[in-house]
Amino acid sequence: MPPVISVSHLSKTYAGGRAALKDVSLEIDKGEIFALLGPNGAGKTTLISIICGIVTPSAGKITVDGHDIIRDYRAARSVIGLVPQELTIDFFESVLATIKLSRGLFGKAPDDSYLESLLRELALFDRKDSQARTLSGGMKRRLMIAKALSHEPNILFLDEPTAGVDVELRRGMWDLVRRLRDAGTTIILTTHYLEEAEEMADRIGVIRQGELILVEEKKRLMQKLGQKKLTLTLSAPLAALPASLQDYALSLAEDGRELTYSYSENGATAPIAALLESLNAAGIGIADLRTEQSSLEDIFVSLIGKTS
Amino acid sequence: MNFQAIRAIYIYEMARMRRTLLQSIVSPVLSTALYFIVFGSAIGSRISHVGGVNYGAFIVPGLIMLNLLTQSISNASFGIYFPRFVGTIYEILSAPMSAFEIVAAYVGAAASKSIALGLLTLATAALFIDIHILHPFWMLAFLVLTSVTFSLFGFVIGIWADSFEKLQLIPLLIVTPLTFLGGSFYSIDMLPPFWRGVTLVNPVVYLISGFRWSFYGLSDVNVGISLGMTLLFLALCLGIVAWIFKTGYRLKT
Repeated sequence: MPPVISVSHLSKTYAGGRAALKDVSLEIDKGEIFALLGPNGAGKTTLISIICGIVTPSAGKITVDGHDIIRDYRAARSVIGLVPQELTIDFFESVLATIKLSRGLFGKAPDDSYLESLLRELALFDRKDSQARTLSGGMKRRLMIAKALSHEPNILFLDEPTAGVDVELRRGMWDLVRRLRDAGTTIILTTHYLEEAEEMADRIGVIRQGELILVEEKKRLMQKLGQKKLTLTLSAPLAALPASLQDYALSLAEDGRELTYSYSENGATAPIAALLESLNAAGIGIADLRTEQSSLEDIFVSLIGKTS
Repeated sequence: MNFQAIRAIYIYEMARMRRTLLQSIVSPVLSTALYFIVFGSAIGSRISHVGGVNYGAFIVPGLIMLNLLTQSISNASFGIYFPRFVGTIYEILSAPMSAFEIVAAYVGAAASKSIALGLLTLATAALFIDIHILHPFWMLAFLVLTSVTFSLFGFVIGIWADSFEKLQLIPLLIVTPLTFLGGSFYSIDMLPPFWRGVTLVNPVVYLISGFRWSFYGLSDVNVGISLGMTLLFLALCLGIVAWIFKTGYRLKT
């Protein structure tokens, strides 16, 4: 299946000379949730803005649903919905009028029943005649999503969708994003919350200083770069590691009561069974054990750290 | 052509007029009435006729033009500046719309509002004085042409401005003085020869003169020149707007 978005050798240098994107190439598959991660100023919003037609690229080529975003911009833009990071709403206009405008802008004929169902889905129907300025922060955020979905796009960009929102609303957003994906919408999101990417994304791209340094399926990324740790609490403290255990990458706590075994989750079978047998043979009793797995945040920090 | 988008922006902008009815309609009507009280009654009693036309009737085209210019500029400049100010311009820029469609929608709405207000000013004036329009077609043609031209000018100001202060700068400091000095309330024949020559540099003179001709067949300058100057200014504004969209000036980075 051809990618729904194809970015090829994209570069963007702003008028002041700052290179925001450097030779970025990326393909987004239809129906996936793609999370774009990166520190502030990495180029995430610039990339999204170029795809959506808000920022002019300096070099490179982008197709959306097979349509070139410059030459065939009408077809390309009509399938895209964008939720920008900032709460940008005409605060004096009603909720309904706001989303009617958004739908019309994308060439769709008025459809009150669809807009009504959209507002119900986003729990905004009761406030459809309210001025946007009277909505709560969470409602304004949902109105931004309603605006982006008003023309029934196949592709949805969410730029930091849950920045500054409370935990409950964030969970609600995640559920909504999943429902949209299940309905066939391709979702591209940028986020600072790595928990968000870990929770939702199918694939992850990491961008740093305008360069796309990694694109990987989330599961494989976790497997390739994730670290696992097995910590054994010993029945009795050890003064030093016996010679028979020297071949294992073990570290003994200062008080001699804990042994920690670190290994990569890279698909290969870790020799845990052999380790336990060796401990048993050495007469070392185990009182308790626990495992820990590195989070996407750990991986992200390590990636950004490696390339800086 | 994305007609749905043009329609959506047009309806949205016209709805703003309904929301601000007092400011949009009552204010120009009230100011027209005040002009008639001050100029028509107080001053008009001392200047009975200008070029054979009753002074009260003489100032009607100038008054309409005054409202038309200020309203066209203010409606169009605010219409495009506001989404830039609040950030909703991203939606316009990311929509499948051509530059022509964006301009047609905003300028069309601004011109519609100012034409409606021009006609309302005319109706208000008719309450005070008998008005006969000699060339109704040309009156409407000048009304539409001027409102479209100055709405385009307002659109340019709305793109150029980066603050509400700047939004008011050109209308307040340039357009209003030029309109007052452009023969709204007098014939330039009433001026000494030197100032008559200076006044001909003012482009608004040509607009008011042509518009007044459509009412009374009376003009300060040849009507063909008036039409030509209006079309020239229209072409200039179109050229600037085309440049704005080509370069993305103040719209895209």
